[in-house]
Amino acid sequence: MQTVLFLQHVLNGLLAGTYYLLIALGLSLIFSLGGIVNLAHGAFYAIGAYCTVVLSPSIGFGGSIVAAPALVGILGVMIERTLFRRFYKADPSLSLILTFGLAMVAEQLLRMIFGAAPLSFSIPSELRGQLFVGTFIYPYYRVLVLAVAAACVGGLWFLLQRTAFGRVVRAGVQSPDMVGALGISLEPYMAAVAFLGVGLAGLAGVMLAPIFSIHPAMGNDIITAAFVVVVIGGLGSFWGVVVAALIVGLVKGLVVAFGFPQFSEAAMYLLMLLVLLIRPRGLFGERIQRFE
Amino acid sequence: MPDLAVLSRRRLLGGAGAVGTLTITGFPAISYAQADTIKIGHLTPRTGFLGTLGEYAVQAVDLAVEEINAAGGVMGRKIDLIKEDSVNPQTASTKAERMVERDKVACIVGEISSASGLTISQVADRTKTLFVNTGCNSDELRGKGCKKFMAHVESANSMYVKTVGRALLAQDLVKGKRWFSLTADYAFGHDLLRVAKRFMEANGGQFAADKLVPTDATDFSALLLEIRTAKPDLVVSNLAGLQITNFLKQYSEFGLDFPVAGFGFDTAVAWGAGKGNFFGTWPLVWHHLIDTPGSKAFVAAFTKKYNKPPENQAWGDYIAMKILAQSMNEAKSTEAAKLIEHWEKGAKFDLLKTRPGYFRAWDHQLMHEMYAVEALKASELKNQWDIYRPSPPIPGANEDLEAIAPTREENACSFA
Repeated sequence: MQTVLFLQHVLNGLLAGTYYLLIALGLSLIFSLGGIVNLAHGAFYAIGAYCTVVLSPSIGFGGSIVAAPALVGILGVMIERTLFRRFYKADPSLSLILTFGLAMVAEQLLRMIFGAAPLSFSIPSELRGQLFVGTFIYPYYRVLVLAVAAACVGGLWFLLQRTAFGRVVRAGVQSPDMVGALGISLEPYMAAVAFLGVGLAGLAGVMLAPIFSIHPAMGNDIITAAFVVVVIGGLGSFWGVVVAALIVGLVKGLVVAFGFPQFSEAAMYLLMLLVLLIRPRGLFGERIQRFE
Repeated sequence: MPDLAVLSRRRLLGGAGAVGTLTITGFPAISYAQADTIKIGHLTPRTGFLGTLGEYAVQAVDLAVEEINAAGGVMGRKIDLIKEDSVNPQTASTKAERMVERDKVACIVGEISSASGLTISQVADRTKTLFVNTGCNSDELRGKGCKKFMAHVESANSMYVKTVGRALLAQDLVKGKRWFSLTADYAFGHDLLRVAKRFMEANGGQFAADKLVPTDATDFSALLLEIRTAKPDLVVSNLAGLQITNFLKQYSEFGLDFPVAGFGFDTAVAWGAGKGNFFGTWPLVWHHLIDTPGSKAFVAAFTKKYNKPPENQAWGDYIAMKILAQSMNEAKSTEAAKLIEHWEKGAKFDLLKTRPGYFRAWDHQLMHEMYAVEALKASELKNQWDIYRPSPPIPGANEDLEAIAPTREENACSFA
């Protein structure tokens, strides 16, 4: 019986890792291309969740899965065009201050518009219920989150590795000056990456709104974990983020399995410390000249 | 040699703008009230972990002062409220000190975090300023940490436990039963767990498991798997604030059907869980369905002003301000020592419930009725606010109000 419970914890941990994955992918993407440490990423996640609550009564939860990330993505492009672009060549600490301020403004705006109390939102009735495999249990909704996260990973990988768009973005990550010298303007690519990265945060907000509490500071609940994932995975590494997210989820699950739930949050920081001590670049971190 | 080109006009303007914004938002509140007003400081967390409840507290205290001033004020003087976000224990202490030393407030009202409440109480004790604690529930603060110049509205953790405990005894969920408890891993949770365990053991229950949960944990799935495997007779929540919302949503998601009870609760966190995600038995110091003229008038006034009904934390801060105004009028003084003397002599207050309450002389804890509400099923809900079945007051009409209060042995307090 204990072995079964342990296996459940392993699988559940991997599943939980997909939440961090949705957030961390966008965070990593924006940092990789523009060097922006986006502390406002959690705020975009919160805005995604609030959009879901507002939009769902009229267009349904299914409609929100498409519309909310798109709206948040457009907001991301607007912020990229007006603010981020001024900081691409600046000291990263400046963009850190900018995005920290943005996060506070966004949180306070949500508080002013919607109030500080959590907003009521549930899993749509057609997605409720649990899948039982032997003694294992999976709520249908978490299976959907897993499917959406897997689709995002697959789609993003295809976009970055198999399309002309991806080639320019990857080249831009490694050597923006050379891309410019070849006559390619990175500006539209930067905007597109902001749309994708911020949109992914919005999508995470939509997917987690039915199971997490929706409140103005909800971004803070998850942004630190997302940063830990990006650091463990290695800056600039797509698969690094994917693997790190699953490892973080797994480690947190195992800490509970071994009877120490109070240390489940601390465990991921310990993991980060270990990875940084042994491999400062992160698990799959690439050597990127301008970040060295 | 600095690179002057870097300091462009645009950057300079940007910097000036940022400084301007800070000036507007970041500076402390300054009161320009006339000397003939009575200044009262209100400190409570308005952001962060407990900000949800703090918002209700601020809205309610504003309403109370508005009503008091509209009715002629206190001893003919208007109340001038100075409100601040208490943020954390250190900031709470600094702001309390500033309210006392610079703003010369007659007293400080508010707070929800037991840790911040402790630091405010130290300032109050040192400066002999009255502090009326509205929402810090720990028995530690209200018992061992009690202070001559501090009084407590709402209830101590042990009062919440005894209130829900009665309902659990009636449902036969204690004697010989196995409890699985989840506890918020900080001062409040530990205190609640201690008194909950005392109740459980005294009544013949035992733990199937007893787990601490970090306050910043959002995903309860691993703990839900543990609960499912342990098959307890009762799942007990000693969680706090938004942890409860996350727990309720995910417990429902996993479709677990073990009975649930909580020993700490605020209605706002259940309102935020969503339809079909609220179940179990929970304690409340007050709720918006209480059928008394006073409560109905409060609910109507609050709803008219804020477009939503008040919840328990709103009642705590509203009633604290009303008690203060009444006491100042009756004692004909704003001096802390006179007000405390008035309370220790057994002054009675209308608490919008079926019978009046009073501050117990030896620990300054408000003696009042509480409630153990039971969640309605999703099919029974008529609107988004009335999510539980109102309970009769606890203690019952024939019992002493002190029946659920901590005894001297349970919660030693000495003002010496």
